[in-house]
Amino acid sequence: MRRYLIQRVLAFLPILIGVSLLVFMAIRLIPGDVITATLGTEAGMLTDTQRESLRRYYGLDRPVSEQYVNWITRAVVGDLGISTRHGKPVTELIAERFPVTLQLALMAVTLGLLVGVPLGIIAAVRYNSILDLLVRLLALAGLVMPGFLVGTLIIFVLSTVFGFLPNAGNFARFNENPGLNLQQMIFPAITLGFAFSASIMRMTRSSMLEVLGEDYVRTARSKGLRERQVVTRHALRNALIPVVTLVGVEMGYLLGGTFIIETLFSLPGLGRLLINAISQRDYALVQGATLFIAFTFVLINLVIDLLYAAVDPRISYERNRA
Amino acid sequence: MNATALSLPTEAPTRRPGAFRRLLTNLSGMVGLLLVACYLLFGLLGALGATPYPPNEQHARDRLQPPSAAYLLGTDLFGRDLASRLIAGATNSLRVAVTSVALAGLAGTLLGIVAGFAGGWVDTLLMRVMDVFFAFPTLLLALVVVTVLGPGLENAIIAIAIVYTPIFARVARAPVLAVKQMEFVTAARCIGSSAIRVLLRHVLPNTLAPLIVQISLALSWSLLTEAGLSFLGLGTVPPMASWGVMLNEHRALAENAPWLIIYPGLAIALAVLGFNLLGDGLRDVLDPRVQGRRGR
Repeated sequence: MRRYLIQRVLAFLPILIGVSLLVFMAIRLIPGDVITATLGTEAGMLTDTQRESLRRYYGLDRPVSEQYVNWITRAVVGDLGISTRHGKPVTELIAERFPVTLQLALMAVTLGLLVGVPLGIIAAVRYNSILDLLVRLLALAGLVMPGFLVGTLIIFVLSTVFGFLPNAGNFARFNENPGLNLQQMIFPAITLGFAFSASIMRMTRSSMLEVLGEDYVRTARSKGLRERQVVTRHALRNALIPVVTLVGVEMGYLLGGTFIIETLFSLPGLGRLLINAISQRDYALVQGATLFIAFTFVLINLVIDLLYAAVDPRISYERNRA
Repeated sequence: MNATALSLPTEAPTRRPGAFRRLLTNLSGMVGLLLVACYLLFGLLGALGATPYPPNEQHARDRLQPPSAAYLLGTDLFGRDLASRLIAGATNSLRVAVTSVALAGLAGTLLGIVAGFAGGWVDTLLMRVMDVFFAFPTLLLALVVVTVLGPGLENAIIAIAIVYTPIFARVARAPVLAVKQMEFVTAARCIGSSAIRVLLRHVLPNTLAPLIVQISLALSWSLLTEAGLSFLGLGTVPPMASWGVMLNEHRALAENAPWLIIYPGLAIALAVLGFNLLGDGLRDVLDPRVQGRRGR
């Protein structure tokens, strides 16, 4: 088990290096250079000496490989540079905003699972009934309606029917004012969780249907167990394995979804920070935030991978997966 | 298990009808095909300029008009005809979707087939690079590309193509690995076929089924991403019509003019639904393993 753990963790190192290289190179590929791109038309007013000193300040006069090594060694100890627009260290900004995104994602995952798994089970147990049809329609709606559409509609209904604006007023953090915080976070979380619950529903339903046709379920039934017991004790545990994997896969969509949902509901999270940084050409911040989000995503996948191995007895710890 | 499973043996001896014929008898495939056809039709109308009004024409006296005989789906804040803008939006999103998926499909399939066919270090190198792209949430990767290139329709195309290339590479590689071992490939090589000929005549046709399904899903995802990027102000730039931009611009007006968000929203959802259903139908029709197991 320990050897397996070490192997899996080591396999992720080249990916992390690749991700950091890609993020680094992307910013270097910006037409012109970062100084011109940041300053825009004002760049034309720079004298050669000013430009030169700026280049030195940003380390742009060094060879690219040296720039990368400098950047990544500083990043490892938590120094991602200074945001030009905020005048603050990028790390500080990320630390400030990340809890909001994390809370949003966790609430969305919780809601998605709480709704998706039971509905998926019901649909499978009542296969081809009206209930099944309703669940499938709901799942289809979640699949085809993007987050920004669901969110826009939710805001529309809330404001016209209930006269309530979920994104009005100052944002309250959970530790400051839990009641107000939840009131502000619940609708973004529902928006984000809707699409997620749709995938969970589909996966739970199809995996449950498959498991319910297995021999050991028939055996359990023929032993005279009550249907409830057959479903919860015998079928569900096996049916949930692919659902766990799906949670990992969907995490990427969820993280991507936070960019749009945070912008839509004006939440001060990491996604909105990144979107604003992109439109304001705050490259140190774009680079830092992108690296952070991508690393988080890779780590989540690693954790899911290990969880998967822990849940599914069929996965052997000794052999590496192809 | 159900009726389809029972009917299988009677179907087996007869010649299988063509894939397209079978698609027409598949409910989700049929509905999907219909929706996609409508979408294509509107996209074509927009490209030909056959809209009720020019999409950017402002009618100062008719601002925020509800749907009427003169303006079928109402007008927006600038008095532009919503129906015309929706049609123009279909054209733009179609252009993004088709171009980006074509680029990603060609590049990805090529990379996947080469990797799978060559094997060895070529395969390892290509697939490790693809793994790095997979390590990004898809929208984040698209955002990185847009950061580098700046917003705009063409750049959105490139961004989506880059995001989707690794996915096509993976989809194309898997069947190549399987087919490579088969006897008919060995036989083709024995009679002296060149590597290129083996690839094109024997390996490529066997990767087509999963690729076609993937193309349908990629189109729906590409459409969503274009709308999402535009919604964030990083895709299609106003005043060019885009469903995502429309939703974003009209959000604040929804209370007084709900048609301004309902119709663009409906357009996005129906187009995505179409491609998804078509993808599902195609999978049912093309993948023999799915037949008789319709429990989705």
